Amino acid sequence: MRNILAIAGKELRAYFHSPIAYVVMTIWAALTGFAFYLHLMVYSEEMFYMQGRGGMGAPPINLNDVIIRPMLEGFLLIVLLFLTPVITMRLFAEEKRSGSIELLLTSPVTDLEIILGKYLGALTLLVSLMVLTFVYVGLLFLYGNPDAKPVIAGALGMLLFGAALLSIGMWISTFSKNQIIAGAVTLAVLLLMYILVWLRGVATGPVGQFIAGLSLGIHIESFAKGVIDVGDLLYYVSVIFLGIFLTARSVDALKGRP
Amino acid sequence: MRASLPGDHHGHMIQVEHLTKRYGPTVAVSDVSFEVQKGEVLGFLGPNGAGKTTTMRVITGYLPPTEGKVSVAGFDVLESPIEAKRRTGYLPENPPVYPDMTVSEYLGFVARIKAVPRAEVKKRVEEVSEKCAVTDVRGRQIGKLSKGYRQRVGLAQALIHNPEVLVLDEPTAGLDPKQIIETRELIKNLAGQHTVVLSTHILPEVSKTCQRVVVINRGQVVAVGTPDDLTHHLQGYETVVVTAEGPAAEMIDKLQRVEGVNLVEPRDAAGERLTIELHAERGKDVRPEVARAVVEAGWKLYEIKTTGLSLEEIFLQLTTKDLGEAN
Ligand SMILES: Nc1ncnc2c1ncn2[C@@H]1O[C@H](COP(=O)(O)OP(=O)(O)OP(=O)(O)O)[C@@H](O)[C@H]1O
Ligand SMILES: [Mg+2]
Repeated sequence: MRNILAIAGKELRAYFHSPIAYVVMTIWAALTGFAFYLHLMVYSEEMFYMQGRGGMGAPPINLNDVIIRPMLEGFLLIVLLFLTPVITMRLFAEEKRSGSIELLLTSPVTDLEIILGKYLGALTLLVSLMVLTFVYVGLLFLYGNPDAKPVIAGALGMLLFGAALLSIGMWISTFSKNQIIAGAVTLAVLLLMYILVWLRGVATGPVGQFIAGLSLGIHIESFAKGVIDVGDLLYYVSVIFLGIFLTARSVDALKGRP
Repeated sequence: MRASLPGDHHGHMIQVEHLTKRYGPTVAVSDVSFEVQKGEVLGFLGPNGAGKTTTMRVITGYLPPTEGKVSVAGFDVLESPIEAKRRTGYLPENPPVYPDMTVSEYLGFVARIKAVPRAEVKKRVEEVSEKCAVTDVRGRQIGKLSKGYRQRVGLAQALIHNPEVLVLDEPTAGLDPKQIIETRELIKNLAGQHTVVLSTHILPEVSKTCQRVVVINRGQVVAVGTPDDLTHHLQGYETVVVTAEGPAAEMIDKLQRVEGVNLVEPRDAAGERLTIELHAERGKDVRPEVARAVVEAGWKLYEIKTTGLSLEEIFLQLTTKDLGEAN
């Protein structure tokens, strides 16, 4: 555990001593903040409209439905798809390029400790992004009274979604010495895994539906609705484990190929 | 674990047995065996591409051997990698530093992953910084240091957990002459407390720092011995170089007749002044007789000296001989 924490600390230090953490956090805060603002505008517009009609007859507008859910279902995920490769691309690529991977792999630590340490470092940065978002959500709680359950489920879903992306990105970063290449390939793979969901509408056979079911995007829908579905939970946990497992395989093969 | 140690490695800190390492079809190291005694400094000498780095990477557990067995302090690098790595300090060809860390941060991080007890990390960082003369730059970012300092930080990193075995891959590469001398001094001081293997393709390095040399070429060991051993083993005669002024043919003729001289070869001529190389019987110092012969003939004697085969020449002999065989 001590080794994992030492390596995680090193990774976090690297994020915060370089522009990466600040760039990622700024982009995230700006985009999600703007999206939040726009949703809020739409919401108050509708409120205003309904009040103008006397507020009677129509069902009351729910904060969750109008603000939280649309954001979780679409926009935030897209932003995450673009930002997580920036977080993961350096994880192994940079160590390979500079040769510092040789230090890690000749130290009395296991490959798994190295991988988990790096993953934990990246995950911590992801959690800081989530925390930023919850400043906005906190505002909703101050001024309105949204239902807490979907917010919590949504946050969990988004965290799992991001964690799965990080795991895949970490794996891809073991293949290149070049961070940019690692990042670009990761983005391509993540986008592909995300849009598999479109198959749901077109594919007819069970195979097509199965492949659609592998999509990264499909499984967050339940979370966004405020439901914690065990199957969806397992999906993300499996992707995380798979990424870590593949990274371990790849690191093992890395030995001797600096 | 410790209990199984005594007798386990017969005083051999590093044991390499029939090591072969292939990268796909490329054979980088082929059937290499040698061992290093506790406290010894072993030089690993070979031209570019000989397999020095590969061998060191296997010893340090970075690369698995294709065939053969390597153990460090009695621990097999494949079977007990963590135990072996705990006892090994390694300076790769390029110091494995993180450019955006300061020297202290970096050494602190390395100390933690090298299992230095938490309470001792600070003390160890200070000790090795002092030892490797990086104390004055400890707050600076490593990426902004000169190559020499970075190399010393790399050495400090290798020493941080006070390992029994030190593996240094070309520790003086890229340093200026003053730094080279300092680094060699440092390495010599480490001998005794640590078992050291260092690689180099610079020959004077081994005679200056190492007690024993393994010469490797094209992945194979071509000679093992002390630097002196190697000189004697290869050379069947003593070489004397004479510089004198006089008629060339006569001088060569006369020197040929000096007792104990087997071969006379003019090497260089600058006007009247000749430089002549003599091969004499082994163990015989022919210098007084040669000097007398020159002076008696009335020629001017400028210099007379014995030269062993230089390590460069030995090295060339060993490696080109091997090349010839390989072709
Ligand atoms: N990762 C690798 N993949 C394929 N071949 C390799 C790899 N590393 C080394 N080799 C080959 O193995 C042989 C030995 O290389 P090695 O780096 O061990 O030599 P060296 O003695 O350290 O040379 P140098 O003095 O240049 O550092 C060379 O022919 C090299 O091309
Ligand atoms: Mg080398």
